Amino acid sequence: MGVSIEVNHLNAWYGANHTLQDITLHIPANEATALIGPSGCGKSTFVRCLNRMHETNPIAKVTGEVKVGGQDIYSETSAVEVRRRIGMVFQRPNPFPTMSIYDNVASGLRLNGFRNRRVLDEVVERSLKSSALWDEVKDELKKKSGASLSGGQQQRLCIARALAVDPEVLLMDEPASALDPVSTAKIEDLIFQLKVQYTIVIVTHNMQQAARVAERTGFFLNGRLVEFDSTHKIFTNPGDKRTEDYITGRFG
Amino acid sequence: MNLRIQEPRAPKAPDAAAPAGGLVPVAVPSPPPASAIRTFLRERGNSRVADATFRWLMLLCALSIFAIVALIANELVVNSKLTLAKFGMKFFVGSAWDPVNENFGALPFIYGTLVSSIVSLVLAVPLAVGVAVFLTEMCPQALRGILSFLTELLAAIPSVVYGLWAIFVLVPLLRVYVDPVLIKLLGWTGLFMQPDFGIGMFAAGVILAIMILPIISSLTREVMTAVPHTQREAVLALGATRWEMIRMGVLRNARIGIVGSIILGLGRALGETMAVAMVIGSSPTISRSLLAPAATMASVIANEFAEASDDTYRSALIEIGLALFLVTIVVNILARLLVWAVTRGAPARAA
Repeated sequence: MGVSIEVNHLNAWYGANHTLQDITLHIPANEATALIGPSGCGKSTFVRCLNRMHETNPIAKVTGEVKVGGQDIYSETSAVEVRRRIGMVFQRPNPFPTMSIYDNVASGLRLNGFRNRRVLDEVVERSLKSSALWDEVKDELKKKSGASLSGGQQQRLCIARALAVDPEVLLMDEPASALDPVSTAKIEDLIFQLKVQYTIVIVTHNMQQAARVAERTGFFLNGRLVEFDSTHKIFTNPGDKRTEDYITGRFG
Repeated sequence: MNLRIQEPRAPKAPDAAAPAGGLVPVAVPSPPPASAIRTFLRERGNSRVADATFRWLMLLCALSIFAIVALIANELVVNSKLTLAKFGMKFFVGSAWDPVNENFGALPFIYGTLVSSIVSLVLAVPLAVGVAVFLTEMCPQALRGILSFLTELLAAIPSVVYGLWAIFVLVPLLRVYVDPVLIKLLGWTGLFMQPDFGIGMFAAGVILAIMILPIISSLTREVMTAVPHTQREAVLALGATRWEMIRMGVLRNARIGIVGSIILGLGRALGETMAVAMVIGSSPTISRSLLAPAATMASVIANEFAEASDDTYRSALIEIGLALFLVTIVVNILARLLVWAVTRGAPARAA
């Protein structure tokens, strides 16, 4: 089961650039939460703060509190441990090109020293099934490289790779923006399936996508969280004028 | 919306993963409960110690470089303090080299090192880049493997073998066929003048060029291969010829890497000892003609260290080593400044 995320007064910088300003919100467990907003509004930075990826940039800085399942990930644990618990799928599919499909999925467990072959086989199969890729690759699991798949398949492989370590939260940073409509539809179906088991946070440029997959939606603008509410309310009766302008296409 | 979720599923039950695309769930052996993997990962702890240990270990590796450089510099200074005290800065600008009267100046050797390296770069760079361009852009597949193997084989030949080959093959060749032509065509520059013994600065430069060719061409090939194919297509789509495509789409993107490979080649040329010592003629003189015998810092140390019987002579040779150390550092700094000046404001390299 997924866990909830509580964010209190989160601030983030890139060098002197104050990219996130005083973000406070509560992401419930086992739901999909969409983050929308124009490019450069801070939504990607925000998800990267949720698994401490933001700080891998040497000029980046973060303050504030992020509690995942009640634990403050910045003060009560290490970045390595946080990332074992929180999976991430990036904008561009980034499978390991030198590894087979099987090894790609098994990589998360293997690097943590997991060696049980029988269990690994099961986890790989289950993860690939969860990401709706199993039927397309099951005959060439160990023969084909992860990079030999199509873009949409690669992204589903990356999702399988993230799921294999059984994360409590799955972060998706525009997971479908580099994909064609068919692959996008598959990924959206997946999000629908996966949120039963995981807490999902998805950044998207595509407002229809947010409306389709997410229970809750947050609207970011210029590093601030303008509005955070149920997706239904955001898209039918937004409380803020700027949200309304954005979703009706008046800017952004 | 929630209608699409069939039922709340037990975590990690195998058919819970039945994907939406109408795929039939396949019966699989019952996997461990969800918490098994999470528990396993939890037991790994926060890995803080591992992270910190790794960090310190790598820092130690990096610091060992500083330690090695410092130890070498210290050794050179300590063992040359006799001549350092006696000649001071005059050692580096004096051109006398008279072991009998204990009068030492390093300038002819500094000059010899720099000039032989420049000659070798002038000869090797165009050739090496040409080899790399051929190998990456136009070589038939069958020939590619053989050609790159041969190039890398050149790098594996010991320098004393190069020296022998130069004495018996290269030097006579140069003396009989190449030098007369150079004297005729370029004699007016004063760079190629009689008398010509075959051995000398030019022969050293040629043998150095052959020795640094593999380094420059294989590294250049690496960076050229790393240039994305889309860059080549972008230039070709503008109606470029093959050469224009290589110039604009490949060499331009790979230029920082190419300059880096040239700097590495230069580093080898500056310090190369044996082959140079065998063909340069070992004469501590500065002549304008490249056909005249000369000496480099490395070659004079190799040729004279065994006969350096007294302390001052030995100290002078060690100070030559110190000079070589400093010249190498200065040349590398200059080369880096050059790269920085050329690429300032340019976008990060593509390769």
